[in-house]
Amino acid sequence: MESGCSKNVEGPQLLDLIPQGREWHVKNEDERRHGSSEEKKLELRLGPPGEDNWSNFKDMNSKTSNRERDESMLSLGYFSSSMNSNGKQAHNNTVLSCPWAKNTHQQPPSFLQFPSTTPQSLPVIAKESSQPCCTKAVDLQNAEKKAFSPPPANPAVPPNTSQKRTAPGPVVGWPPIRSFRKNLASSSSSKLASESPSVVPHKGSNEKAPAAEPTSKGLFVKINMDGVPIGRKVDLKAYDSYEKLSTAVDELFRGLLAAQRDSSAAGGIVNKQEEEKAITGVLDGSGEYTLVYEDNEGDRMLVGDVPWHMFVSTVKRLRVLKSSELSALSLGSSKQQGKIPA
Amino acid sequence: MMMIIVDEVIEHIFDFITSHKDRNSVSLVCKSWYKIERYSRQRVFIGNCYSISPERLIARFPGLKSLTLKGKPHFADFNLVPHDWGGFLDPWIKAFAKNRIGLEELRLKRMVVSDESLELLSKSFVNFKSLILVSCEGFTTDGLAAIAANCRNLRELDLQENEVDDHRGHWLSCFPESCTSLVSLNFACLKGEINLAALERLVARSPNLKSLRLNRSVPLDTLQKLLMRAPQLLDLGTGSYVHDPSSEAYNELKASIQKCKSIRSLSGFLEVAPRCMAAIYPICANLTFLNLSYAAGLHGNALTKLIQHCNKLQRLWILDCIGDKGLGVVASTCKELQELRVFPSDPYGAGNAAVTEEGLVLISAGCPKLNSLLYFCQQMTNAALITVAKNCPNFIRFRLCTLDPTKPDPVTNLPLDEGFGAIVQSCKGLKRLSLSGLLTDQVFLYIGMYAEQLEMLSIAFAGESDKGMLYVLNGCKKLRKLEIRDCPFGNAALLEDVGKYETMRSLWMSSCEVTLGACKTLAEKMPRLKVELINDSDQMEFNLDDDQKVEKMYLYRSVVGHREDAPEFVWIL
Repeated sequence: MESGCSKNVEGPQLLDLIPQGREWHVKNEDERRHGSSEEKKLELRLGPPGEDNWSNFKDMNSKTSNRERDESMLSLGYFSSSMNSNGKQAHNNTVLSCPWAKNTHQQPPSFLQFPSTTPQSLPVIAKESSQPCCTKAVDLQNAEKKAFSPPPANPAVPPNTSQKRTAPGPVVGWPPIRSFRKNLASSSSSKLASESPSVVPHKGSNEKAPAAEPTSKGLFVKINMDGVPIGRKVDLKAYDSYEKLSTAVDELFRGLLAAQRDSSAAGGIVNKQEEEKAITGVLDGSGEYTLVYEDNEGDRMLVGDVPWHMFVSTVKRLRVLKSSELSALSLGSSKQQGKIPA
Repeated sequence: MMMIIVDEVIEHIFDFITSHKDRNSVSLVCKSWYKIERYSRQRVFIGNCYSISPERLIARFPGLKSLTLKGKPHFADFNLVPHDWGGFLDPWIKAFAKNRIGLEELRLKRMVVSDESLELLSKSFVNFKSLILVSCEGFTTDGLAAIAANCRNLRELDLQENEVDDHRGHWLSCFPESCTSLVSLNFACLKGEINLAALERLVARSPNLKSLRLNRSVPLDTLQKLLMRAPQLLDLGTGSYVHDPSSEAYNELKASIQKCKSIRSLSGFLEVAPRCMAAIYPICANLTFLNLSYAAGLHGNALTKLIQHCNKLQRLWILDCIGDKGLGVVASTCKELQELRVFPSDPYGAGNAAVTEEGLVLISAGCPKLNSLLYFCQQMTNAALITVAKNCPNFIRFRLCTLDPTKPDPVTNLPLDEGFGAIVQSCKGLKRLSLSGLLTDQVFLYIGMYAEQLEMLSIAFAGESDKGMLYVLNGCKKLRKLEIRDCPFGNAALLEDVGKYETMRSLWMSSCEVTLGACKTLAEKMPRLKVELINDSDQMEFNLDDDQKVEKMYLYRSVVGHREDAPEFVWIL
């Protein structure tokens, strides 16, 4: 049985669902989400099934994979017959025996009038294109016999044969959008120099996926505090000022910090009544702790120098450090961005 | 008695012939018409800056006033073309300046523009009126300052999605007090701060201002002041649209917006507070173009409520966080919709994309005038595409992008061949098509058979053999631009009909099966085609083995010699 594509391990679900003139109806959730998770009876061949190999996502640009792919392409002709054993006549006419473009056996669906060029003319076109000299071993004559059958599920081809054309992960230049749009979700409240890492130092090269977690609903960044082994995550979109962030830091860590102090207290009884000390002064250096952040260029910066929206667009993670240890760290000076109006 | 039509009369008649195609045709009739046409030609369009040289252009059209120039290939937008590949404006400006061309309008796309060029431009052409830069790079705000300072008759400065180094100089303040001619000002793509007071004064002294698009640094209260000064605006791009809706400033804005009865086009919202959108409602009914594609903070009810007010909308650009249901609202509200673009709000997210084939079907059912589509979606089905094709036979541009480039129809697990086939068969006027999803050679057969008007085709991760590409090359007689990446098309397809490429502007093939040997053969056979092999920018050496696959090939027709500005990582065969 041919295999379905991509993520499915089960057999294909060739389903005659294309309504012949009927209204297209919304599939129920299940059908749509789990598509082919159940075997469905084959009612009509709609055309070439999906190809298993295309689900192999490997290094697409490696030259060795080109060679391997060549070989797998070369084997097209030889394996096709096993495909055809399923009853699919991979011949011109039959391939067109799908509800969309009926061949001469049936009337074309009323909503799509087949033009005067009937399927019979297809072989003509196909033949013309097979005239020229082919350098490939899988020549067009061979492939033509099988018409438009795709590379079959080829067990002989090792899984790391790259078809080079598929990838579930980030592909260079995919999805095809301009740089301006790439980091939109991670900085919905601002989009200033956040694009610079991918544009200025590495012009033309790959875009970095945003390090902070972007969703269209929140900008969550990690925040760790000195002396507290467990970090937190804070949604920067929930705040619109440094003061609010500072309050949030206090709320997030006050209890944890107190718990740490308790547990590190030498032996004895943990006094749960001990008052939790508020964490204040993280922005102006007046407190025991100071808030710093790592920006999109990897530099550590003091929080509070730049306008809030600019901060949100460049921050990648936050840290609450002991003020006494600040001098020991290398802190970048705040950039001049936004300071001097034009 | 024989009537003789004098040259002046013919020239006068030619004044009425404005389309580039028509003027090109007219010039081919006879030598006399060629001569008349070339002296009277004022507007020229050059789709590939390397297809001709500035000198040849000037020699033929000495009366040139308005030029459109395009540089890098389209896939440069997606980082497939290394930086420094080319497309430099400088030689053009130098040539025009030297030959005293009376340049008035310049429109550039994907060109490299330096500050020096901008400065030379600003000083060389007394009547210079309009500068439009789209997806360009290489300049800073210093170059803009030169334009502002020196172009006495500037009417239009339109910067669309350029990479500009923002030095945060005083460029806006460089418009002299005597400059009152501005009609269009768009600096939305600039990243830095702006002198707000200078902006207000500029708008105040520009009574003809019709189009104003601000960048993110312009806050809402400044927007309010600007609108007070320019209630005659037709096109507005907001800057930062964030404020406390209970504040006085916001109330003032509401009042100011209501006076702007002429606004037909609204964009911006680079930073947006959903609760402030209510201020826009009074003008929504007038809008024909709404661009919310940068407003990542706007979704759910705030978004749909806004759209429900926009019943005259013809063009809508939106993010996919609108969701299928939101598209349903669009479908039931925007009956005049002609163009829809749905961009991904979370391109690298795992399945967070919120639109599927359902949204598109709803749109097609509700908006029969739809003729232009750009749709990034989580998934697509053949059934949906067939329905869309049935509902909307008027597509001129159809670009579909599944976020997983080879995703099949999730219901049937089949390729999307049949769906796209339905589109090309039904939409007889289709000029531009971009495919995605799992696709075999079959879809290209359909395209070759049915897409008779197709001019531009973009293919990625599709097809199975050379046949695919051949169907297209053989079938699409009007094809001008073909761009292919990561497809198993090779030498046989490339070399089948080498004459075809002279009927096209360009062909791009990257990560395909084409070898160096075949490219050499092609270059040898067709001297007027330039075959460029492009490496990564740090790779200066080319593997000289003829059987070696070529990573990136860009070929284009040209009437001049090899370009001399190619960097080391480009080899022109």
